[in-house]
Amino acid sequence: MSLRELNDPEYFDAWAAAVAPADRPPPDPEYGTRDPLAGLLDADLTAGVDTGPAQHRLLPYLRRAILPTTFCVGCGGGTVLNAFTHAVDEMGLDPRQMVCVTGIGCSSWIPSPYFLCDTLHTTHGRAVAFANGVKIMRPDLKVIVIAGDGDLAGIGGNHLIHAARRNIDLAVFLVNNFIYGMTGGQVSPTTPFGVRTTTTPYRNVEHPFRIADVVAAAGGNYVARWTTYHPFQLMESMQHAIAKKGFSFIEIVSQCPVSYGKMTNMSDPVRILEYFRDVAIHVEAARGMSEDELEGRIVVGKLVERDRREFGAGLRELNRERREALGAELAPDAAPEAAGEGVEDR
Amino acid sequence: MIQSRDSAGLRTRYLARLAGRKHFIQGDEAAALGAIYAGCSFFGGYPITPASEIAEVMARELPNTDGYYVQFEDELASISAVIGAAWAGARAMTATSGPGFSLMQENIGYACMTETPCVIVDVQRSGPSTGQATLPAQGDVMQARWGTHGDHEIIALAPSSAQECADLMIDCFNLAEEYRTPVIFLMDGEIGHLREQVVFPDPDTVTLTPRRQAAPGETVFGGQTVPPMLEFGHGGYVHVTGSTHKEDGMRDVQTQAVHDRLVRRLVAKIETARDRVARVDLDAQEGAEIGVLAYGATARPAKGAVLRARAAGRRVTFIRPVTIWPFPHRQIGAACRSLRRLIVPEMNLGQLAREVERFVTCEVVPLGKIGGVIHSSSEILAAIQEGGR
Repeated sequence: MSLRELNDPEYFDAWAAAVAPADRPPPDPEYGTRDPLAGLLDADLTAGVDTGPAQHRLLPYLRRAILPTTFCVGCGGGTVLNAFTHAVDEMGLDPRQMVCVTGIGCSSWIPSPYFLCDTLHTTHGRAVAFANGVKIMRPDLKVIVIAGDGDLAGIGGNHLIHAARRNIDLAVFLVNNFIYGMTGGQVSPTTPFGVRTTTTPYRNVEHPFRIADVVAAAGGNYVARWTTYHPFQLMESMQHAIAKKGFSFIEIVSQCPVSYGKMTNMSDPVRILEYFRDVAIHVEAARGMSEDELEGRIVVGKLVERDRREFGAGLRELNRERREALGAELAPDAAPEAAGEGVEDR
Repeated sequence: MIQSRDSAGLRTRYLARLAGRKHFIQGDEAAALGAIYAGCSFFGGYPITPASEIAEVMARELPNTDGYYVQFEDELASISAVIGAAWAGARAMTATSGPGFSLMQENIGYACMTETPCVIVDVQRSGPSTGQATLPAQGDVMQARWGTHGDHEIIALAPSSAQECADLMIDCFNLAEEYRTPVIFLMDGEIGHLREQVVFPDPDTVTLTPRRQAAPGETVFGGQTVPPMLEFGHGGYVHVTGSTHKEDGMRDVQTQAVHDRLVRRLVAKIETARDRVARVDLDAQEGAEIGVLAYGATARPAKGAVLRARAAGRRVTFIRPVTIWPFPHRQIGAACRSLRRLIVPEMNLGQLAREVERFVTCEVVPLGKIGGVIHSSSEILAAIQEGGR
């Protein structure tokens, strides 16, 4: 996906003017200044009682004591958390049977600490690597990784492609906001060509990863891409990814109006979402279109689905076979080994 | 005993077979089989000389005990998966050498901070960088202590024989559980590839320290010097983070007192264990004015030199720290009290000698040797004779 135009201020302004005529109502002056949970949570926590209909029905899925989230106003992280929580709720998953593994960066905060399950908040880039160990030891648990483009495509890119190759039963959701947001807006491996960031102050002279395509090529049983403009499709895709055996991956194109917006003139989250709406094209519609025709478009939908053997199942089958053989070898009635000098040279 | 995964006593019979014969194996192989004895159920690794044999034996043997061997894409992934596996219930380990040990440092710090029991074997080779890849050294002594950033304490043991590779490996796993901390098994290439007779203990005589699980109401990240663990999948909603956290695991990176309390406790829990963990193989001689302190492979020619010097009528004390970190300074300080001079041969340019110097009153003579060749006993004997003049 190339988002060159999206990140060209002139182009973006022209587009924004076209889709948002001058008579567009001014934004709510108080938008973003109010804490939507103010009062509600305090009452809930101090009184220890259900505060009634004002309480969101999905709040029990969150670590309420630390709400509201630290996400900036307009961040896509809340949309992803919303879709994820709805997905878990609709699937009827028991959060006690889930482990969310994350790395370092804004997107890692989406489930950790906010989602109430076992959460393993790891070092930068290593979320998928840690998740391997959890899943191998506890195949009965749903192990989900949510992290950003810097974490999964940058510093942890090697773990991502190898986990996909191994086809281990993880669901990995990469929230791609094209930027290192937490550190203030540095260029990332998915930042489009030509874009200004704090560390590409003139322009980005590198080409970005099309990270979902990379993972699709590396392996994995399910690969999809959606944007924060598509929360319902995203939610369904998440359900599919969590349920699917083997490695599942969703690239979630998201907005960072603060750190990405500050150098790119893209600080209005609503306009960015409208832009996602306009440039997104479904994978079926994109089939047969040329590279040129797809320039600047975001191809969304299911990119790959297949049923390769899951890694953990292979490991466990090998152990079963080996232990059956060992059981026969060590059976009490098995022929005793020839008594040698008692010294074995391996 | 960790027997929960032992269907129909298969593990018991498997260990009994191991114990029932003498083995003529390398230190690496002994360390791997020691880990199997210690109940290791997960090994994440990456090939590297001179530690690859550990991975090979684990790949061969772990399926026999229903454990998992996974070769990862690099050492970063290996240590990460080891920590993840530990939180999912494994007694987990990895094995590497200097370059891989360097790569693991960040997550060794994560294991310290999150109090994750695990064992990291470093079969030291000649560095820095790729150095002499196939040749032994003891250049990672200080890296084991200070390799990861920030204040922390670490436990590190150094074996001097293939037999000790097996025996101390069991101790490494037990210490990791007892103190809920990463433990470094500081081997060296000489011992890793040294082929000697090894016998394994009767499985019934091996005591394995079980993992203490938090009772309802107990905090997992504080509240006592060594808090209990609460593994994943038990409905504990555990939050594990390498960021500064409160006793319930929740992040608080702004409050000075929270960080102070956490890190001081992490340091104190190893510090208070110093005398319990510290092991020194001491062969003191009455009236000796000269001492030799050596560890790992170097302890072998050092002991030889001491015996030769004694045969020639010289009084010499021999000190071998088995525990390198936390440094057994009380035992070593006491052993050196009557000495005039302490010779410290090691396969680096004096890393442990400097630590020794801090705690003894006698003169410390570093006898560093690098280049991948172990000291001869004659070299050390010459230093003893020179020291006596």
